[in-house]
Amino acid sequence: MRRDLPLGLLGLAITLAVFEVLPRSGLVDAAYLPPASEMLRELGTVAGEGEFWEATGQTLRGWVLGLLIAGAVGVSAGIVIGGVPLFREFTASTIEFLRPIPSVALIPLVVLIYGSRPQSALILVVYAATWPVLVQVLYGVADVDPVARDTARSYRFSRLATARTVVWPTALPYVLTGFRLAAAVALILEITAELVVGVPGLGRSIGVAQSSGAVPRTYALVIVVGVIGLLVNVLARALERRLLHWHPSVRREAVA
Amino acid sequence: MLANSGRRVAAALLVPSVLVGLWWVLTAGSTNFFWPPLSTVLRAFPDTWFGERIGTDVLPSVARLTAGYLAAVVLGVAAGVAIGRIKTLRALTEPTLEFFRAIPPPVLVPVIALFAGYTGDLSKIITIALGCLWPVLLNTVEGVRAVDEVLLDTARSYRFRRRSRLRHVILPAASPQIAAGARQALSIAVILMVISELFGASHGLGASVVQFQRGFAVPQMWTGIIVLGLLGVALSVIFRIVEHRALGWYRGQRQADRGL
Repeated sequence: MRRDLPLGLLGLAITLAVFEVLPRSGLVDAAYLPPASEMLRELGTVAGEGEFWEATGQTLRGWVLGLLIAGAVGVSAGIVIGGVPLFREFTASTIEFLRPIPSVALIPLVVLIYGSRPQSALILVVYAATWPVLVQVLYGVADVDPVARDTARSYRFSRLATARTVVWPTALPYVLTGFRLAAAVALILEITAELVVGVPGLGRSIGVAQSSGAVPRTYALVIVVGVIGLLVNVLARALERRLLHWHPSVRREAVA
Repeated sequence: MLANSGRRVAAALLVPSVLVGLWWVLTAGSTNFFWPPLSTVLRAFPDTWFGERIGTDVLPSVARLTAGYLAAVVLGVAAGVAIGRIKTLRALTEPTLEFFRAIPPPVLVPVIALFAGYTGDLSKIITIALGCLWPVLLNTVEGVRAVDEVLLDTARSYRFRRRSRLRHVILPAASPQIAAGARQALSIAVILMVISELFGASHGLGASVVQFQRGFAVPQMWTGIIVLGLLGVALSVIFRIVEHRALGWYRGQRQADRGL
């Protein structure tokens, strides 16, 4: 991994160079694709504006809040449904049916009810991000070793003790995978709501920049959103590795 | 046996029917503008969707979705195999690809709108394809990377040609991971289909739903939401069937591994 880093940086540099040369050479009209240096310069200007930081804060706030609600709903519903076989059997079809309903289908509804207030984004984010968590928790609870469960029962573990010492450690890797997926989905929906519905945040800033013809600014903001997405991925993976350092899947990765 | 399958059907249908029943009962006498009675919505359904709208809005949307999605799968697998096989290329491109993947796909819409405006089919197809490309590409890279080296050496020592190595060793071994990427891409494709139409189109499934909403045609808007939901469900069922057929051997092998 460490050895690959210089090559990776070289790759990034090549990409930047391509984005510099394409418009400068006239292969692509600079009115649509400004040179990379111009995007980066604009990025510097943008970073000096209070408005930009406010929009970033709004986006991050909506994302975190939605993710936390989705996580709480997904984990608690998952543990209840997954823990009772009867519930599991009777809700499987409903979950399979509701999950693929695209969250963007709800856009017209939230626009009617909340307009461009942050609640619109929150509903979309929560709806979209709950499913990955819920489904992963269900997988996790189903994966509990029957022998471990029976052992706990014959030692007369209380329900709570079983949940804490048998079910939760098994489910934890699944829960974290669910969170990682949900974090990415939540960011997508937050930006979508801002872009399409006009909820305040970075997405709306991008829409405004594009429609007012501020081309370098559009790209600068897209880069910012990409960096945020990248940080979300990296942080989620780091968290996973930290919380699961005892787990075989993480330990195997470290050896290889 | 019969009782068992009867129970399964009951289990599958019970909660959904209760939910629809609740929806029906709770909205039955509704005078709330946003939540019209379900009966009104269902009555509006055939008039809204079974006329010419299928030809002018639904089918073009689905066609754009299919075109963009398939283009992304083909491109993603092809590029993913190359990047996964060639170590230097992988090291060179990995951070760049991670960055592009991290850009939330909806912001592609304004960027592509810069280039070509946002009225034609092509810009929408490109949006869908670009958004779906990354999950397929990166999952293919991971899958190809994890191909068993012994298998590859064996194939080489039996003098498999490059092409048959690809077809009989690399692609099958990577296919479960490719399928995982393709599944992620499918939900992104639906999101982008709708968003690309919200942004600049007078026709299409997403565009009509928004027109209903702007015109305060609330029952029609609800029918649109139902159609989008059904489309999402239908696509995931089709995907599952395709995956089931293509990866049947894989499930069998996993079961054998677990000693079932």
